[in-house]
Amino acid sequence: MNYEPVIGLEVHVQLKTESKIFCGCPAKFGAGPNTQTCPVCLGLPGTLPVLNKKVLEYGVKTALALNCSIQPFIKFDRKNYFYPDLPKNYQISQYDLPLSYKGYIDINTDGSIRRIGITRLHLEEDAGKLLHEGSDAASSYVDFNRTGIPLLEIVSEPDINSPQEAYEYLTSLKAILKYLDISDCDMEKGSLRCDANISIRPKGEKKLGTKTELKNMNSFKAVRSALEFELIRQTKAKENNLKITQETLLWDEKMQKTITMRTKEEAHDYRYFPEPDLVPFVIEEKDILSIKNNLPELPRQKYSRLLASYELSEYEANILTSDKNLAEYFEIGAQIYKNYKNLTNWMLGAFLSELNNRKIAPENSPVAARDLINLLKITDEGKINNLTAKAVLTEMFNSGKSADVIIKDKNLAQISDKGMLSKIIDETIKENPSPVSDYKNGKENALMFIMGQAMKKAKGKANPKIINELLKERMKNA
Amino acid sequence: MNEFQLTAGEIKKEDTGRERLTSSLLERINAVEDKIKAYVIKPAPAASAKKNSGLLGAIPVSIKDNICVKDEATTCASKILGGFKPPYDAEVISRLKESGAILWGKTNMDEFAFGSSTENSFYGATSNPHNLNYVPGGSSGGSAAAVAADETIISIGSDTGGSIRQPASFCGVVGLKPTYGRVSRYGLIAFASSLDQIGPITKNVEDSALTLNVISGYDPKDSTSADIAKPDFIKALGKDIKGLKAGLPKEYFTSGIDPQVKKSLDEAISVLKAKGVEFIPISLPHTEYAVAVYYIIATAEASSNLARFDGVQYGYRQINKEGIIGMYRATRGNGFGQEAKRRVILGTYVLSSGYYDAYYLRALKVRTLIKKDFDDAFKEIDCVITPTSPTAAFRKGEKIENPLSMYLSDIYTISANLAGIPAISIPCGFTKEGLPVGLQILARPFDEETLFKTAFSYEQATNWRKVKPKL
Repeated sequence: MNYEPVIGLEVHVQLKTESKIFCGCPAKFGAGPNTQTCPVCLGLPGTLPVLNKKVLEYGVKTALALNCSIQPFIKFDRKNYFYPDLPKNYQISQYDLPLSYKGYIDINTDGSIRRIGITRLHLEEDAGKLLHEGSDAASSYVDFNRTGIPLLEIVSEPDINSPQEAYEYLTSLKAILKYLDISDCDMEKGSLRCDANISIRPKGEKKLGTKTELKNMNSFKAVRSALEFELIRQTKAKENNLKITQETLLWDEKMQKTITMRTKEEAHDYRYFPEPDLVPFVIEEKDILSIKNNLPELPRQKYSRLLASYELSEYEANILTSDKNLAEYFEIGAQIYKNYKNLTNWMLGAFLSELNNRKIAPENSPVAARDLINLLKITDEGKINNLTAKAVLTEMFNSGKSADVIIKDKNLAQISDKGMLSKIIDETIKENPSPVSDYKNGKENALMFIMGQAMKKAKGKANPKIINELLKERMKNA
Repeated sequence: MNEFQLTAGEIKKEDTGRERLTSSLLERINAVEDKIKAYVIKPAPAASAKKNSGLLGAIPVSIKDNICVKDEATTCASKILGGFKPPYDAEVISRLKESGAILWGKTNMDEFAFGSSTENSFYGATSNPHNLNYVPGGSSGGSAAAVAADETIISIGSDTGGSIRQPASFCGVVGLKPTYGRVSRYGLIAFASSLDQIGPITKNVEDSALTLNVISGYDPKDSTSADIAKPDFIKALGKDIKGLKAGLPKEYFTSGIDPQVKKSLDEAISVLKAKGVEFIPISLPHTEYAVAVYYIIATAEASSNLARFDGVQYGYRQINKEGIIGMYRATRGNGFGQEAKRRVILGTYVLSSGYYDAYYLRALKVRTLIKKDFDDAFKEIDCVITPTSPTAAFRKGEKIENPLSMYLSDIYTISANLAGIPAISIPCGFTKEGLPVGLQILARPFDEETLFKTAFSYEQATNWRKVKPKL
C-alpha cells in the first residue's frame, strides 16, 4: 500500500524586543548567568506581570504578514506544570483566545505554489535554562536570563505533505520573520525552535492516523531528517501490522534516529485557566491598521518585484530574496551598476561563496555593495580579467582593502600594451615550434595551447581579448 | 490615658505623645503579647520615626506577614517560606514608608491566608483579646488582635473572602476591604489574585480613611490596579447621611444568623434610621451560591499561585533520593500545613481536564451573576447593610476539624470579593459573653466615601469602640 504523511509544525520564535515580556529586564542573548533577572521574572512571591506593549505590536505585525485574523479581545492564560526552569511553575501563555488565527503561507515546491494553513499564533513567556554538572548530573543549575523572553508560537495546519515541504515551509517562514525584523531566528542560539507532528495514512484516505510529536531538532535539515526517519518508521510499522502509539519522540542527531521521550499516558494536564494578574484588553482597529500600513515588503512581494525589474530568472530571484539583506545588497548595487545579469552572476557565484566560506551574513559583509560594483567596473574596463577579479574579491574579503589598492599593491593590472604583448607572442611562437606547425596543418586546438602558454608567460595578466587577436594575426602571417 | 491607646488621628491632631509612643507600645506588647500572640515578628525596639511629617508621620503600622518588606522575613505564617527575605518592598510598604509610618512588626495569620480563625499558622494560634479562649477570626487575626489589644496603632491586612472584615468584627475594631484595584497588590503574596485586596485594620473609621489615603492609588506594576482619580477620603467623614438609601438583603437575614448578632444589627439599624438613613428590603438572589463559587475560584487560583513554593529558589527545601520530583514532594509535603494542602488539592481538582467546565467555568459564570445582583441593587440604593459574620467569635478548636463550618463563617463577606466592591466592618455591639459583633456596609465600586461617611456617622452616635478588652 502507498502511504502519505500528514505533517504539522509548531515553531517558537523569540521576539527581539529590548525588554522581556512581563518585566523591564533586557532580553539580550549571551549575558552571564542570572545577570538579567529581577523579582518579577524570577517569579518571587508577591510580584506581578505587566505586559510589554512592544511584544503585542510584534505579534500583530507577524500575524498580518502571515495573513491571519487578529483576535479583537486579548487575554492570557496560565499553563501549569512543575519544572525547575519555570520559576512560578506556571507559564503565562494564551490558550482559548490566541492573539491571531487562520492564516497561511505560500511556499514554492517543485516550481509550483502550495498554500500551507496557519492554525494560530500566540504569545507566551520563555522558560529558563538548566545546566547539569557531572556525568550523573549530580548538581543542576538554573539560568533565569531566558525566563520571560517573549515567545511567539506559530502553529501550522497539518497541510504539509512531505519532509521536503516541511523544510520549504520553515525556510519561507524564517524569511518572513527576518523581513519583519522581529526575531534573530537563530536555531543554534535557540531563538527559533521547531517541533513537528507526523502521522501517515493510505493515499486518498481522509481519516488521520495516530500522530507522533518530534522534538529536539536544531536545524531545518534536522527537521527534514527526523521527519524522513519517522515516515519510514511509521510506514514499516503499518506494513508489519504494528500499532503506532501516540508519543513524544526526541531526535538524536548523532544516531540519526528518534527515541521515545514520553507516551500519551504520561502527558501533562496543564490546567489552563485565565491569568488573573493580567487584565484582558482590546486591540484597537486603528492600531492594527497603522501596523498594517507600516509592514515592510515581504519575501513574495520582493520576489515578484525583482523578477520584473531586473531581468532575473525565477531561480535567481528566489535566491536573492531568500534573505532580505542579500536582496537589499543586490538592489543597492543595481542602482549604480546597470549590467544586472553580470551583477547577479557575481552575487550568486563568487560573492555568496565568499560569505558562505566565512559563515558571514550579507549584512555583515566586509565588502560593501559599492566596493563590489567598483570591482566589476574595473573588470569591465579591461583593467583586470575575470580570473584575477575573483582573486581580488577574495583579497577584499580577507583584508578589507579596496579593489584599486589591491590591484596596485599586487601589480595585478592587465597588460593591454600591444607592443609588450607582441613581444610575448613572438617568444611563445619561438619556444613552441611543433604546436605552431600543428595549427598550420589544420589543428585548431593547438591555438588554445599556444594562447595558454602566452598567458602563462604574462603571469595571467595579459588582456585575453587583445592577446587572442594578436596571436591569430601572427599565426596567419607566420 | 496611655499613649498606646491613641489613634493616628488623635496623635496627629494633638501632636502629642509621639516621643513616648513607641516605648509605650513596646511596654504594652511586653505586657500582653504572651497572651495574644498577635505577632510573627515583634516590632524591633529600635524602630523609630524617620520623620514626623507625612500623612502617617511617626505612626506605628504593623504588617500582615503576607506582605513583602525588603530584607525582612516574610513567611505567610508558613514553614515553606522559612528564611525567605524579599529583595523588594510591596507597593503599600513603599507608600507607608513614604508617608513616614514606622513599620511595626509582622502579624500572625492563617497560613497563606487560608482560614477564618488564625489557627492555621505555623507559628501557633492568636487569641481574641476580648476572651483568650476564643479565636480572633482570620485570616488577618494577628492584625485585628494587635489593634484591639493596643499593641499597634494601625495594622495592614489582606482580604480575599473576608480576611480583614471578619477578624475586625470578632475583635471589635474597624476593618476595610477596598474596591478591587484601589490598592496595589504588588508585593502581596497571592492567595487568589482576582479576589485579594489589601486594606487597613484600625481602631476607628478616621484612621481607616487616613490609611487608605496613604496606601491607595494607581500602580503601573499591578495591571489590575485602577488608573482612576483618588479622593481625599478624610473629607467623607462628617458628611450628612440623611436620605441615604441602604438595602437590607433578605438572603442575609435567615435562620443561619445568631439571635444576638441579629439583635445588635436591629439596634444599629435604628441608630442609622435616626440619622435619616432610609432602609429598603432588597434581594441578592444568587447569594446562596457565593460560598461554593468562592471555594472553587479561590482554590483554583491558589493551587496555581502556590505552585512556586517548590524548594528550588528560596524558602524551605527538603531533598531526598528521588531527584527533583522527590524534592518537590518532600518540600511541599512537609512545608505546607493541612489547610494549605486541602486547598491546593481542591483547586487542582476543579481545574483538571474533564472537571474544568463543570466547576471552574460554571463558577465564573455564577460570579458574574453575583456581581450583577449588586449592580442591579445599586441602581436603587447607595449601600447594603448586613452583619459581618453570622456569629460572634467562636472557641478555639471549635471548627478546626470541620472545614465546612469554618468556611461558612465567611458567608456574609465573600460576595464583596466576588463582586469586587468595597466593604467595611465596624463594631456594633457585644454578645452577653462579651464578644464583639460587627456591622458590614457595602457600596458601589470605588465608592469608599459612602462607606466612610456612613460608618463614621454611626460610630459617632455609639460608644462601642471605647469598650476595651480587659487584659
